[in-house]
Amino acid sequence: MPDTAGKGAAPEGGSRRIRVLIAKPGLDGHDRGAKVVARALRDAGMEVVYTGLRQSPEQIVAAAAQEDVDVVGLSILSGAHLPICRRVLELLAENRMESVRVFLGGIIPAQDVPELQKMGVAQVFQPGASTQDVVRLIRAAVPRT
Amino acid sequence: MKKVLEEKAADPRPANGRDVPFTTISGRPIERLYTPKDVEGLDYDRDLGDPGRYPFTRGIHETMYRGKAWTMRQFAGFGTPRETNARFKYLLEHGSHGLSVAFDLPTLMGRDPDHPLSLGEVGKCGVAVTSLADMETLFDGIPLDEVSTSMTINSPAAMLLAFYIAVAEKQGVPESKLSGTVQADILKEFIAQKEYIFPPRPSMRLVVDMIRYSTEHLPRWNSISISGYHIREAGSTAAQELAFTLRDGIEYVQWCVEAGMDVDDFAPRLSFFFNSHSDFFEEIAKFRAARRIWARVMKERFGAKNPRSWMCRFHTQTAGVSLTAQQPYNNVVRTALQALAAVLGGTQSLHTNSLDEALALPTEEAVTIALRTQQVIAHESGVVNTADPLAGSYFVEKLTSDIEADALEYFRKIDAIGGMVAAVERGFPQREIQEAAFQFQQAVERREKIIVGVNGYGMEEKPHPILYIGESVGEEQIARLDALRASRDGEAVQRSLQGLRETARGSGNLMYPILEAARAYATLGEMCDAFREVWGEYVEPPVF
Repeated sequence: MPDTAGKGAAPEGGSRRIRVLIAKPGLDGHDRGAKVVARALRDAGMEVVYTGLRQSPEQIVAAAAQEDVDVVGLSILSGAHLPICRRVLELLAENRMESVRVFLGGIIPAQDVPELQKMGVAQVFQPGASTQDVVRLIRAAVPRT
Repeated sequence: MKKVLEEKAADPRPANGRDVPFTTISGRPIERLYTPKDVEGLDYDRDLGDPGRYPFTRGIHETMYRGKAWTMRQFAGFGTPRETNARFKYLLEHGSHGLSVAFDLPTLMGRDPDHPLSLGEVGKCGVAVTSLADMETLFDGIPLDEVSTSMTINSPAAMLLAFYIAVAEKQGVPESKLSGTVQADILKEFIAQKEYIFPPRPSMRLVVDMIRYSTEHLPRWNSISISGYHIREAGSTAAQELAFTLRDGIEYVQWCVEAGMDVDDFAPRLSFFFNSHSDFFEEIAKFRAARRIWARVMKERFGAKNPRSWMCRFHTQTAGVSLTAQQPYNNVVRTALQALAAVLGGTQSLHTNSLDEALALPTEEAVTIALRTQQVIAHESGVVNTADPLAGSYFVEKLTSDIEADALEYFRKIDAIGGMVAAVERGFPQREIQEAAFQFQQAVERREKIIVGVNGYGMEEKPHPILYIGESVGEEQIARLDALRASRDGEAVQRSLQGLRETARGSGNLMYPILEAARAYATLGEMCDAFREVWGEYVEPPVF
C-alpha cells in the first residue's frame, strides 16, 4: 500500500491540501532523493503518496488518477527521462489529466531541459536543488481553489 | 571592497564561519584537541599490530604499498559492448591495472532490452549485456588470463559470472586462471542500492551457491565484494556504512558455514568494498576499524584459523554522492582528497570518480584526470613510502576506536533482531539510512554543512560538455537480440531454462545449470524470468 500519511500543518487557507505523487519510473533504484523530497513535502503540509520502485508510466498515471493528485513528481537518475516523461505526459493527456503538473528531478543534462519543457514538464530540478525550492515551486504551480 | 575586508578582519566567528558544532560529515562531534589521554588503554600488539599481523589495523600486508601498489581499477561501461570494449582498452593503455565493468540497468535488473521497463534505459548507466554474445564482444581482444576483472552486478551476478567463464573457455583460458570479482552482495541491495529481483532468502541461496562454486573452481577469484559504498551513497553515516557492511559479511559467512562449507576454505576469497567520503580523518579511521573488527570477528566469532581468513581486503571508490553538478572542476579536488584518504587507509584497490560524475557517465578526458589522480598520489606524494603513516596519532587512533565501538553496537542490535536477513525484512537498516539521509539534507539546507558551489560560493556557469547517450543503443541491442534468437538452438535454450527452474525448486548448486544456459545463449532476461517464475519478485514496502 502506498504511504499516504499527510500529518502536520493544517490545510492552507482553508482549501484542500496539495496532493503529490512521488514516483520512481523505469528501472532506476536510487530512491534517496525521492524519499527525502516526499518527507519534506509531507512536513510542509502536503498529502504525499510514494509509488515505490520500478513503476511503468501506465502504473504511475493510474496511481495519479486513483489518488487524484495535483502534481506528479518523477525521480529519474538513469538517463531514461526523455522517453519516460514523453510517455507519462502522453498518458496524462489521453486520460484528460492535463491539469496534473509534472515535476522532474534527478540527473538531467542541461541540453535536455528545453525539450522536456516543450513536452510539458512544469519544472526540472537538477542536483543541488533544495527541498524548499521544491515546496515553493509546487505551491506556485498548483492553483488554489 | 575596503569595507568588506574590514568586516572580515573584525569577524570573531570560528574558522568554519558558522556558529555550529564541529562535526564530521556523518555528524560525529570532533574535539578541539586530542591528547595522550584519548589513547590511554590502547595496546599496540592487541589493538594495532604491525601491518600484516593480526588484528591488521595497520594494513593486511607487511610491506603494504612498498611491496605492491593498490590496483588502479576504474569502473567503466556505457552504450554497446563494442564501445565499452574500446574504453577498456583505453584505460589499460593508460595505466589502469585491472578492469571494472559497469552494466546498464536492464542488465543489472535481469531484463532484456525489449522488455517494456527497459524503455530508455539501454546503455545509459553502463554497458548493455544481454547474452554470451555481448560478453564476447565486450572482452574481444582482452586476454582473460592476463587481465583481472571486477563486475559490478548483483541479482544476476551468477549469470554474468557464467558469461565470463564461458568467454574464457572460448579464449582457451581455464577457470583456474581467472582473476577478478563479482560484487554479488545482495544484502546491500535490499538495504541501499535496491537492485534486487528475487526475495531475500532465494537471493541468499544464489550467493551461497556462487561462493561454493567459486571456492571449488576459481582459486584466483573473489567470490563476493561485500559493499558499503552504496549504503553510504544512500545517505548512511560512516559508522552505519562500516557496521552494515561488516554485519552483511557476518551474515554471508554464517549462511556458508550453515550450508556446510569450511570457513577457512572460502573466507580468504571474500572481499569488501568501501566508500571514501569527504571527511578525511573519519574515513581513514573507518578503514582501520574495518580491518580490526573483521579480524576479530573471523577469529573469535567463527573460529577461523587461516590468517588469510582474518584479512579484510577491500576496494574503495571515492564518494560519487559528494560530487556537484555546479562548478564540476571542484570535483577533481574532492576526488583527490578522498583518494588520498583511501590510500592512507590502506585500500587494496581504488576507483577515482571523474569530475563530471554528477552530470553523466565520464568522458574520456574526465576519466583520464581521475586515473592520473591516483598516479600522482602513488608516484609524487610520498605517502606510499611507509605503511599506515597515521598510526599513533591521538586523533586517528581515538576515532578508529570510536567508530569501531559504534559498529559493534549495531552488531548487537542486529544480532538481537535475529541477523541481517531478519533486520532487512523488518526494514531496520533501511530506516536508519533514510533518517541519516534526511538529517543530512536538513543540515545542508540550514547551511550547517557547506557544499562549495551549491549552498555557498555559487556562481554563473555555462553548461559543461558531457558524454551523451542516445536511444540508438537500445535499438541496436534489440536488433542484435532478434538476430541472436533467430540463430541459436531454441530447443537447447528451452531445455536449459527448464534446468534452471528444476534446480531452483531443488537444492543443487545453481551455477551449473546457469553455466549451461549461458553457453546455449539463453538471454539474461530469459534466465532471470525462469527464476522469477519459481521465486517471485521482491517488492519493497513504499515507506518514506
